[in-house]
Amino acid sequence: MRERFSLKRDYYAGGLMLLLGVGAAVTGTGYKFGSLARMGPGFMPVMLGIVLAFLGILIAGTALASSEPDDKKFLPEHPQWFGWLCILGGPVLFIILGQYAGMIPAVFACVFVCALGDKTATYKSSAVLAAGVTVFGVLLFHYLLSIPFPLLRGVNL
Amino acid sequence: MISTAITDLYYGFGVALEPHNLMYCFLGVLVGNLVGVLPGMGPVATISILLPLTFGMPPVPAILMLSGVYYGAQYGGAICSILLNLPCHPPHAVTCLDGFPLTKQGKGGTALGITIIAAFVGASFGITEMIFLAPFLVKMALEFGPAEVCSLMLVGLLAGSTLAKGSPLKGIAMTVLGLLVGIVGSDIETGQPRFTFGITELFDGVEIIALALGMFGIAEFMNSINNTETVDMKYAKVGISDMFPSKADLKLAFWPMIRGTLLGSLCALIPGTGPTIASFVSYATEKRISKTPERFGRGAIEGVACPEASTHSSVQGDFIPTMSLGIPGDTVMALLLGALIIHGIVPGPQLISQHADIFWGLIASFWIGNILLVILNVPMIGLWVKLLSIPYRYLYPSAMFFVCIGVYAANNDMFQVGETLVIGVAGYILLRLDFHPAPVLLGFVLGPRFEENFRRSLLISRGDLMTFVERPISAFFLTVCVVLIVAQIYVWLRKPKLLAEEKAIEAQVPATPYSELAG
Repeated sequence: MRERFSLKRDYYAGGLMLLLGVGAAVTGTGYKFGSLARMGPGFMPVMLGIVLAFLGILIAGTALASSEPDDKKFLPEHPQWFGWLCILGGPVLFIILGQYAGMIPAVFACVFVCALGDKTATYKSSAVLAAGVTVFGVLLFHYLLSIPFPLLRGVNL
Repeated sequence: MISTAITDLYYGFGVALEPHNLMYCFLGVLVGNLVGVLPGMGPVATISILLPLTFGMPPVPAILMLSGVYYGAQYGGAICSILLNLPCHPPHAVTCLDGFPLTKQGKGGTALGITIIAAFVGASFGITEMIFLAPFLVKMALEFGPAEVCSLMLVGLLAGSTLAKGSPLKGIAMTVLGLLVGIVGSDIETGQPRFTFGITELFDGVEIIALALGMFGIAEFMNSINNTETVDMKYAKVGISDMFPSKADLKLAFWPMIRGTLLGSLCALIPGTGPTIASFVSYATEKRISKTPERFGRGAIEGVACPEASTHSSVQGDFIPTMSLGIPGDTVMALLLGALIIHGIVPGPQLISQHADIFWGLIASFWIGNILLVILNVPMIGLWVKLLSIPYRYLYPSAMFFVCIGVYAANNDMFQVGETLVIGVAGYILLRLDFHPAPVLLGFVLGPRFEENFRRSLLISRGDLMTFVERPISAFFLTVCVVLIVAQIYVWLRKPKLLAEEKAIEAQVPATPYSELAG
């Protein structure tokens, strides 16, 4: 039984839904519930939370009942920790640099870091790609579409 | 009825042919065709990126352009399947089965030619269907009170989550999750902030662009990074002269094309069954009624014509429930509905009468767009084929840039970029747990309207839940819901033969290096 538990992804799936559902329902009780005729803001969250929790139990339950083997682990076969870090790091840099340094450094850093995530990428290839995208991005978004995003903060371009 | 349709259509062409609108329609189909060809990019992400850029435009060109991306991507998607055996766009996955063998035999050009003809035939039928059916549906829908709207939405939500791929239970769970995400923000009636956790930026709710780009952009890139195979361009050499099919091929493809078109338009009408299901169903049907089923999978021209025609007719028909009832059938439609709402247009039966320019202009632009796509695809096929060889390592970082700047441009707010990132990580976790994120978007878009109508109908009935059953139209929709659920339980318990056959076809399709999200 314990082995079965550790092997099925659907247990995690059901558990996550149960958790989210209960969380939503509990948070929802903090808002006014009202009655059927005069629903308060808490009515839908509580109801939906209960439904989601129930679905979570069903998902885990059907996995328990089914005899089909599902030995896939939660993580993929070859976890791409570095790739994931790069994909998430790009936007983080975009936010920080965009807020304090401006569009050019933000775009360059975002594309550069994201590109590094690929196994075959080198610093040079990533930099070339990032430079290209930055030029294109500035032309399109700054000059053509003129979105309010200074190219370099503090410098009047 | 026909004469009014013709005058309306004439008016629509007037709108769609205005130089400004025509330009955006062209831009839309061009971008659509481009992302359709590029493996790993899909219309959902593209439309979300383009959406903030349309904020400054009038609604008509905005909707024409965003819709153009959707059907334009269908033209491009087939190229990938036929020449590279890469089913990167789910609606065209089944085309690989016969398209790629044809390419290996040196008949890839013919397959592409047939695809374009089938696409145009299918799309034309889908558009015609929309012209006649949409006003008829509107007439019916204008009688709907809040109770009927509610039940109808329930049908849409249930169908969208149970008929899509994957486990129906998980689909429903995702819909409910979408509804919950839709609740985030201030309550419409009391202004009470819900699920905001004290973050002021969330008082306006979760940004639809952030949700779509997180789920279909960042999560997708996390899934496919270093997970894509190098593209084999060995067979991908096609010139214009190869694209004209012989008379014998045309004769062979004619009836499958018609059957595919009809099946596709039927699938479009059932909420929740989009082009992907249509293509699989029509391929299975064609194989079953064929006198020579053994040819399928070895390069049968029918196996290309039939699913392609049904995909395109279903794509155009998909717009019918969205535009006439305000109930989207799939993710792209949910996104377009969100775009309408952002542009200040209330979706629903009153759309055709109040915004005739959008509705009829859109229909006319479909035709113009499809003609443009045929023109784009035949002489420029060499260019599209070249684009196929762009490696993924250049694609996804560029796409990440568009994701970041697109989300930022929506509100000029860096908070939204962070929001997208968080949703992206959550989306990837859900993806790993075999949850399909498409219903989340559907629930998110319909959620607020569902709650509003639910509250209103119970206010009218003074809290009597029987109102949903006592009103005949509402009762009918609820019966449909029950049938949907019972059918799912039956399938789960019995596993009918028909389904097994479809599963077998699905198993033949080469494994996609990308998740199923691109569609």
